[in-house]
Amino acid sequence: MNKRSILLGTVAAASLFAIGAGDAGAGALNDHTEHWKELWGHVLLDIGGIGVVFGLVASYFLVSYRRTRDDEVGKGPKFSFAQSMAWALIPAFVFMADDFYLAASGWKLWNDQRIVPEGAMEVKLTGRMWSWDFDYGNGKVTTNEEGLIVPQGKPVVMRMKSEDAVHSFFIPEYRIKEDLMPGRVTYLWFLPKDTGEYVFTCTEFCGTNHSNMWGKVKVIPAAEFDAWLNPPAPEVAAAPAEGEAMAEGAAPAAEAAAPAGH
Amino acid sequence: MKEWIFTTDHKRIGILYLVGSIAAFAVAGLMALGIRVELMAPGTQFIEPDIYNVMLYFHGAAMILAFLIPGLTGFLANYLIPLMIGAHDVAFPRINAFSVWLFWFAIVLALLSLAIPNPPDIMWTGYVPYSSQYSSGNSSFYVFTVHMLGFSSILGAVNFLCTVIFMRAPGLGWMQLNFFVWTILGAFVIQLIFIPVLAAAVTLLLFDKYFGTAFFVPDKGGDVLLYQNLFWFYSHPAVYVILLPAIGVFMDVISTMARNQVFNYKVAVFGGVWGVVLLGSDVWVHHLYTSGMADWIRIGMMVTTLLISIPVGLLIISLVGTLYRGSIQFSTAMWYTAASFWLILIGGLTGIPLAMTSLTLHLAETYFVMAHFHFIMGITATFAVFAGVYHWFPKMTGKMYNESLGKLAMTLNFIGVNLIFWPLFVIGVEGMPRRYQDYQMFPQFEVSQWWSTIGAVIVALSTILMIWNWISGAIWGPKAPANPWGSVSLEWTHTQSPPGPGNFKEIPKISPDWHPHEYSKA
Ligand SMILES: [Cu+2]
Ligand SMILES: [Cu+2]
Repeated sequence: MNKRSILLGTVAAASLFAIGAGDAGAGALNDHTEHWKELWGHVLLDIGGIGVVFGLVASYFLVSYRRTRDDEVGKGPKFSFAQSMAWALIPAFVFMADDFYLAASGWKLWNDQRIVPEGAMEVKLTGRMWSWDFDYGNGKVTTNEEGLIVPQGKPVVMRMKSEDAVHSFFIPEYRIKEDLMPGRVTYLWFLPKDTGEYVFTCTEFCGTNHSNMWGKVKVIPAAEFDAWLNPPAPEVAAAPAEGEAMAEGAAPAAEAAAPAGH
Repeated sequence: MKEWIFTTDHKRIGILYLVGSIAAFAVAGLMALGIRVELMAPGTQFIEPDIYNVMLYFHGAAMILAFLIPGLTGFLANYLIPLMIGAHDVAFPRINAFSVWLFWFAIVLALLSLAIPNPPDIMWTGYVPYSSQYSSGNSSFYVFTVHMLGFSSILGAVNFLCTVIFMRAPGLGWMQLNFFVWTILGAFVIQLIFIPVLAAAVTLLLFDKYFGTAFFVPDKGGDVLLYQNLFWFYSHPAVYVILLPAIGVFMDVISTMARNQVFNYKVAVFGGVWGVVLLGSDVWVHHLYTSGMADWIRIGMMVTTLLISIPVGLLIISLVGTLYRGSIQFSTAMWYTAASFWLILIGGLTGIPLAMTSLTLHLAETYFVMAHFHFIMGITATFAVFAGVYHWFPKMTGKMYNESLGKLAMTLNFIGVNLIFWPLFVIGVEGMPRRYQDYQMFPQFEVSQWWSTIGAVIVALSTILMIWNWISGAIWGPKAPANPWGSVSLEWTHTQSPPGPGNFKEIPKISPDWHPHEYSKA
C-alpha cells in the first residue's frame, strides 16, 4: 500500500463514519420500522438495477452468439495490460462506491435501531424452552399466552436473557429481532405506533416446540395501559391476597382492553 | 468390486466420490421433499416436530458436507485435475484412497445416525447450548461425521495442492491452468486453513456434552457465542469451497462450448478467485448480526461483507464476458450453465441486503435467508455438479447420454427450483421464520407454502429423469466421439475416453503459447 491509497482509505472511512454517525438519535419519535421499509425500497432498486443490467447483457450474449457454423471459433477480445486492468479497476470502483453507499445507509439505520430513545419503557424478557415471560418492573408479569402488552406511541426497550438454549425474539411488524442466550443480556427496542395485535415469535432453533414459541404484541392506548399497569389503589387494597392475585386480577382487564382476544 | 474398493486410481476414486455424494443428495433430497409436504398446510400433517427436526438436520448437514463439498472437491477435482494438468495421477494416490474411505465411512455413519434411538436434531450448525446441554439427540454422531469429512478434506487439500504445484506436465505454466484448477486450488487453501477451526468447535461441543467441560456454559465461565464464532469462522469460507469450484466448472464449460478464451483470465484468477479467498475469511460475523455481538464488529463486518461483491463481481464479469463474441453450442451442460447465470444473479443480489446489518435485523433467520443461500450455494453448486457430470460424461464413460432427455430434466429442474424458492423469498420478507414445523401464527402464508411444495415435487421428478439418463447412458449409450465438444484442454486432446491407468501414454509437452482456453488458433 502506498501513501496515497492509505490516505484514500482513511478519507473513505472517515466520510463513512460521518454519514453513519450523522443525525443519530435526532427527532423525538425515531421510528426505525419506517426507516427499515424506506431503506429496503432503496436496496431493492439498487440490486434490481444491477440485476437487470447483468441479466440483459447475459441474455443478449446467449442469444446472439449461438454457433452458426461447425468450424466457427470464438473471437473474444485479447487485452493489453492496461485494458485488463481497466476491466478490473473500473468495475471494482463502481462496486465499491455502491458498497460504501449501502454501508453508510445501513449504518444510519443501524444507529436508529440500536440507540434506545430516552424515556423508553423497559420490559425484561426471559425466554426458555418453550415460553416467554415479560416483566414490567412493578411486579407485573405476563407470559406469551397473555402477550406483550405495551402502550401506543411510547418506545419500548426489551432487556432479554435466556434460561436455556439460544432463542431469538422477533416481531415481524416492527422489522426487528435479537437473540437471547444464557450469560448475556441483549436488547432491542421498537415504537408501537398503532394499536392492534402483532405476532412475535422465536427465530433461533431451540428444539421440539421451536415453532410454537409465539404470541401477540398487544398495543393499547396509553391511558388504558396505565390503568392496567397501575390499577387504582383501593381495589388492590380490597383484594384478599396480594402479589399473585393482583397479577391475575389484572389479566382480564388487559384482555378486555386489547381489540381482539388471542 | 475389489479393484474399486482398493483402487488408488484418481479416476475411480473420483467416481466413488460421485456415487457417494449422489447417494447423500438423494437421501437429503427425500428429506427436503418430506419437509415440504409437511409444510403444505399449517399444523402437523404427518411429521411430528422431533422427526421433522431430525430431517432438517440431516438435509442441511448431508447436502453441504456430504454432497456439495465432496461432489465438487472430491468427485470433480479427483477426476479432472490430474487430467487437466497432464499428470499420471495425484501426488499421493494411497492417501487419496484413504480420503475416499473416510468419506464413505462418514456417509455410513451419517445414515446410521438415522437408525439409532435418538438421532441428532441440532441442525447442521449444531448451536450450543442446545446441542451440548438440552437436546436429547446424540450430538456425537454429528461431531464424528464432521471429524471424518474434515479429515478427508484436509488430506485431499494437501494432496491436490502438492499435485498442482509439483506434477504439472513439463512446460505447463501457472497461467496455463484450466480455470477450474485455479478454483479448486482456492477451495483447498480455504479447507486447509479453516477446517481445523470447525473441528475444534465441534470437539469442544463434544467435551461439553459428554465429559462435563464448560467451554460454552456461562454459569461456569464459558461463552455461548464462542461456538458461533468458531463455527462460522469456518462455515462462511466453506460457502466459497462450494461456490468457487462451481464457478470453475461453469467457466470451463462456457470456454469450451463457446470456443472462447476466458474473459480477462488473469484478473479473474488473482482478483476473483484469490480475492474471494482473502476477503472471504473476514466476513463471518454476518451470520451473527442478531446474536448480540458488539455493535462495532457488526458494523465492521457489514463493510467487509459488502466488499465481497468486488471479487465475486469480477468472477461474474468473466463468466458473462467469456460468452462475448463466442460461438456457443448448447449442450445439456451449457443449459445448466446458462441457467446458473440466473441463479448466481438472484442468489448474489439477495445477499446484498443480507450483508447490511440493519436490514438483517428483520431478515435474519427468515425464509428470505433460506431462499437466498439455496439459490447461491445450494442450487448453483448443484447445477455445477450436474453440468460437470454431463460435460465430462463422454470422458468418464466413453459413451453419450441422451441430449434431449438431459435438457428436459434440466428444464423441469429449473422451473421446479424457481417455483420452490420465489414464494419463499416473498413470505420471508413478510416474516416467515426458518426451521418451523408449523406456522399456525401465519396462516396467510399457506398458499405460498403450497406452491413451493409443488415445485419440490417437480424437482424430484426431474432428478429421477436425470439419474436415469446417466445410468442408461453409461450402460446402453452410443459410443461417444473422442472429443465431442471440440475442446483444446488436455483431458480431451491427449488421452482416450475413458483414460486408461496412468492417463497418458506419454506425458504431454506443453509449449508456451498453448492455453486450455485458447481457441482462436485452432
Ligand atoms: Cu426458542
Ligand atoms: Cu456467510
